[in-house]
Amino acid sequence: MEAGFRAAGRKLLMPYTTGGLTDDWVEYLRAFVAAGADAIEVGLPFSDPTLDGPTIQEASDAALARGTTARGILADVTGLDFGVPLVASTYYNLVAHDGPERFCAALRDAGFAGLIVPDLPLDEAGELIAAAEAAGIELALLASVVTPAPRLAQIAERSRGFVYAVSLMGTTGERREVDAASAALVERLKAVTDRPVLHGFGITTPEHAARASRAADGVIVGAALVRRVLDGAGPEEVGGYLATMRRAIDQGA
Amino acid sequence: MTASLAGLLPDVAGHFGRYGGRFVPEALVAALNQLDAAYRHAMADEAFQAEFGALLRDYAGVPSLLYRATRLSESVGANILLKREDLNHTGAHKVRNVLGQALLTKRMGKRRVIAETGAGQHGVASATAAALMDLECVVYMGEVDTERQALNVARMKMLGATVVPVTSGSRTLKDALNEALRDWVSTVDHTHYCIGTAAGPHPFPAMVRDFARGIGVEARRQCLDLTGGLPDAVGACVGGGSNAIGIFHAFVGDEGVRLYGFEAGGEGISSGRHAARFSGGTPGVLHGTRTYVLQDDDGQTLESHSISAGLDYPGVGPEHAWLHDNGRASYLPVTDDEAMGAFQLLCRTEGIIPALESAHAVAGIIKVVPALREELGREPTIIINLSGRGDKDVETAGAYFGILK
Repeated sequence: MEAGFRAAGRKLLMPYTTGGLTDDWVEYLRAFVAAGADAIEVGLPFSDPTLDGPTIQEASDAALARGTTARGILADVTGLDFGVPLVASTYYNLVAHDGPERFCAALRDAGFAGLIVPDLPLDEAGELIAAAEAAGIELALLASVVTPAPRLAQIAERSRGFVYAVSLMGTTGERREVDAASAALVERLKAVTDRPVLHGFGITTPEHAARASRAADGVIVGAALVRRVLDGAGPEEVGGYLATMRRAIDQGA
Repeated sequence: MTASLAGLLPDVAGHFGRYGGRFVPEALVAALNQLDAAYRHAMADEAFQAEFGALLRDYAGVPSLLYRATRLSESVGANILLKREDLNHTGAHKVRNVLGQALLTKRMGKRRVIAETGAGQHGVASATAAALMDLECVVYMGEVDTERQALNVARMKMLGATVVPVTSGSRTLKDALNEALRDWVSTVDHTHYCIGTAAGPHPFPAMVRDFARGIGVEARRQCLDLTGGLPDAVGACVGGGSNAIGIFHAFVGDEGVRLYGFEAGGEGISSGRHAARFSGGTPGVLHGTRTYVLQDDDGQTLESHSISAGLDYPGVGPEHAWLHDNGRASYLPVTDDEAMGAFQLLCRTEGIIPALESAHAVAGIIKVVPALREELGREPTIIINLSGRGDKDVETAGAYFGILK
């Protein structure tokens, strides 16, 4: 995944959706690819999503209420080729429940390239870093605007695929503005690593995406898309919105 | 061996054996480090300890009594000593922890505290400490709990706190914790999260234990004064586990003292409607710590059930998980009905209306007495931590017994 990102020759766009949110959830992934996604983040829903705001909480609850399981999500995409890497994201209990080795092997077997675990800070990540590496899964670590400099360098060094720059102090969800602190975080990361840095949290509009991707190597867009899915928009419509972000990024960068 | 282990744990990263640790977003790590440093400094700082001790003594009424419950003892067939934490200001052991954390909040220069609450006791205690120390206070409480603990909601509001009913998930304590964590990740620069139990990410399990461990230190000394020896057993209810670890900790090194934690068996383990993490759960990660968790085959947290809001939580403090696995403490379930039987017994024999949580401890001890008597060949001496008073539960108990409609 990381090699592909470096060779992309454009700013990166990684849309998110919650796995198993609708019967046709895989169709949204295809629409994301058609809209110009460089990778897709697939959420494996957890009952207690403490870092998620109302939109992704609602999506997690809805997916679980439909009987969605992590195994089911993996089965849904096994054998499919989207042409871009899939990155799973979930809370650590789902990893710990299977055990990091089994969990990562299952991801690999389902065709995933990467993994994000937002409630796993560097200090507790050793076991999963090793298991992911053994399975060939790129575990991307998250950096925060309040992460001090030496720790930021360690996070970037141990991260794989990209570094996830959490651009604001808060939960996932739509925002009016791109947080001013985010540019400083991206700059600080770029100063200590040549790994791709993706700006996530709060990217809501094409303007946000364009602005954030000037400093960063790309953006991750979640709640703004999931909100539309929850409101009943089909794959084409949600893909259409993502395509406006793609154009804004390409024109603005 | 256990004595030295108890003194050493957790390790510097907050691990009790394989349990504990810190499973939180990176955004909270700096704040937890700041809190850890403030807590460690305070523990070693005589001025802090003097201030904390004076507050506990002059404001909270600590040390609480150790009371020889003669009529209950006759009824149960054991020498029962009740550690009367129900007599503390605000009516429960929780006041110890919040006074400690509120002092730390001031030391860190923060002006706002948030708290989660189940039964409402921790919320009331937090609101109390916030009023006393002029801090803004917001309490997250599951909507279901705001209904079954309406009096405590009113108390918190009288004390100047804002109570936020949480409508997500099961609308109980675990969801209140989720919401408090979401608040904290947005406000951490000026807000302290005053967690109400010995769970959550490091340093909370160790810090809350240390603020509550006076319960056991006092009880141990009081028992020696009263009986000339140590008890044969110590019993406490275990929700998150702060009152239990608070009374256990001073006894962990006393190998002859059996430690019993009683968790909510609800309608029975086989019913699936319970909060018995050790009997019905498995190791997992919830709310920032690795511990025993009620979860399904996919790793999703299961909703817990108990007649007692304070025990109605699918996780448990990590030090209890460690004491469980190494066998130093025994954790047994007590059903709603057993707890209510003990509640009534304590009312009628001692004139003490206990919190429903504490009634679980009384019921659990009643269950273990026969085996203990047989093992010892005499009546055992047992300290029960009567962690809270039952004023808040009058409605629930009244309905249970058909006294109130």
